[in-house]
Amino acid sequence: MTDAKTEPLLSVRDLVVEFPTRRGVLRALDRVSFDIMPGEVLGMVGESGAGKSITGASIIGLIEPPGRIASGEIRLKGERIDTLGPEAMRRVRGRRIGMVFQDPLTSLNPLYTVAQQLTETIRTHIDISKGEARKRAIALLDRVGIPAAARRIDDYPHHFSGGMRQRVVIALALCAEPELVIADEPTTALDVSVQSQIIEVLKDICAERGAAVMLITHDMGVIAETADRVAVLYAGRMAEIGPVRDVITEALHPYTAGLMGSIPTLTQETDRLVQIPGAMPRLHAIPQGCAFNPRCERAFAPCRETRPDLISREGGRDVACWLYDPARTGELRDA
Amino acid sequence: MIAFIIRRLIQSIIVMVAVAAVSFALFRFVGDPINSMVGQEASIDDRQALRDSLGLNDPIITQFGRFIGNALQGEFGISYRLQMPVTELIMQRLPATLELALVSGTLAFITGLGLGVYTALRRRGVLSNVIMTGSLIGVSLPTFLIGVLLIWVFAVELRWLPSNGRGEVVSIGSWWSTGFLTTSGRLALILPAITLGLYQMTLIMRLVRAELLEVLRSDFIKFARARGLSARAVNFGHALKNTLVPVITITGLQLGSIIAFAIITETVFNWPGVGALFISSVRFVDVPVMSAYLMMIALIFVIINLIVDLLYYAVDPRLRVDRAAHSH
Repeated sequence: MTDAKTEPLLSVRDLVVEFPTRRGVLRALDRVSFDIMPGEVLGMVGESGAGKSITGASIIGLIEPPGRIASGEIRLKGERIDTLGPEAMRRVRGRRIGMVFQDPLTSLNPLYTVAQQLTETIRTHIDISKGEARKRAIALLDRVGIPAAARRIDDYPHHFSGGMRQRVVIALALCAEPELVIADEPTTALDVSVQSQIIEVLKDICAERGAAVMLITHDMGVIAETADRVAVLYAGRMAEIGPVRDVITEALHPYTAGLMGSIPTLTQETDRLVQIPGAMPRLHAIPQGCAFNPRCERAFAPCRETRPDLISREGGRDVACWLYDPARTGELRDA
Repeated sequence: MIAFIIRRLIQSIIVMVAVAAVSFALFRFVGDPINSMVGQEASIDDRQALRDSLGLNDPIITQFGRFIGNALQGEFGISYRLQMPVTELIMQRLPATLELALVSGTLAFITGLGLGVYTALRRRGVLSNVIMTGSLIGVSLPTFLIGVLLIWVFAVELRWLPSNGRGEVVSIGSWWSTGFLTTSGRLALILPAITLGLYQMTLIMRLVRAELLEVLRSDFIKFARARGLSARAVNFGHALKNTLVPVITITGLQLGSIIAFAIITETVFNWPGVGALFISSVRFVDVPVMSAYLMMIALIFVIINLIVDLLYYAVDPRLRVDRAAHSH
């Protein structure tokens, strides 16, 4: 789908994640496919319950039971990681894939100092002395923007503000130098005033180290500023994926278009923000055909019958919409 | 920190004064102390003389002041029944109770913690379910029944362990006698210690399990796993330590209860401790012993609470607020 010359760092193919419940098996993710290139920032957007966090959790192998990967595969540099045993997967976590969670206030163990948590993580993955690990930890805290890092490192998490704690969390996610960082809503729990700083730190430090980022968020503004490409999830399915500028300026999928229309801007004259009628379907009541068809203004016959697969378009864009299938649309084709 | 300790000490003193008031009221108003001390043939004049000599005609507040003054010096009067100083009587029997409480408390804490951790980590395992079901028995069976059952099985049927008493004891110093140093003393401890500790053990086990399951769901455990820390480091280093504050609280309070509720176990096993002394003093309305026992149990609870509060500080850095104040 993207540049054929470089091999993707992470490759997710037809990923299906299911949760068995009393009312039957729920498909939280349904044949989701995407790639992340080395050093790339991929934004992952969608409404609550669209499957963004589940995607992150399944990559790192921490889906809450009884959820499980039912089919599909996840490859890191060509090697399958979804089938690794617990011990092998543990060595991937932290070392090759780092993770940043949403709430910095609850992400850190309150009973250990920042130094203890950092050196423990570093020494779990890298065979160095305590003193060496501490030096690295201080340098990293300094890099993520903790003032007086050498002194503050021996403080406990409760000594830090929310923004500072998220910097510590980023340091913890990056301390074993992973190739990919999954950031699951890293700024949602923070003050607006520090959100952009945190995103900035995360982006810069990953760029320096050549680490790719999968940025999960529902904030399109953050995606627009940060991501190289953006993937749009809807009801556990990939709706559209492509370079962030193209997707924002000229969305292909009607859902993406609606999503973009709902962002307030200061520069453009808009009387009303566009609103998508209805709500995303619950996982046990996903309509036949395209999951978006009951809410879609441009839906036509095939949308109600058959689910569209991702169709490749020029410019490294993919969209799962029958509007872009010439065989189906004929005269409707106007995009 | 210092201010906190002083505050807690003052609270402790208030508690002790309140208990002393109850204890004094018991001493003074439950029955007529004179009646309990003299025989039926004593004349009214004799009684009045004794009343005067004991200061029972003084104003109540004076009597209470005297009671507290005496209590501070460990002076609780003479046992009506045994005609011995109450303090001496309690001191003679305290080692037996304290040793029993210590052994059963340690047993309850260690096995409770171990089983709690096991059942939390292997939540769906067969053995965990067996343990959890078994613990219901431990919670619901009354202590005396457990004691009698144990005696029946291990002392009467199997004849492995003695059914009552402390076995041989060795004196250490002027007033401490220990059963730890002789084989018969150690054997005699087993059944009463299990009987006394079983309820506490199941309580601690269920608490540890519930707390650990709660902590294992928390974000920082998810994050610790996502950093690739080993299961051992996550479960024991990160999760278990976070369950300690509530577990310490309950264990501390339970240690107090173990000493206080040793009464039943001591009666079943004919254990020569303060609990058995208390029961016999109730039977004979030996009020000085009762009120002294009440004071002693209150003091033990207060001391344990104080230690528990100090342990919080050792475990949870968030309580050490003094440092946070000037680091922001």
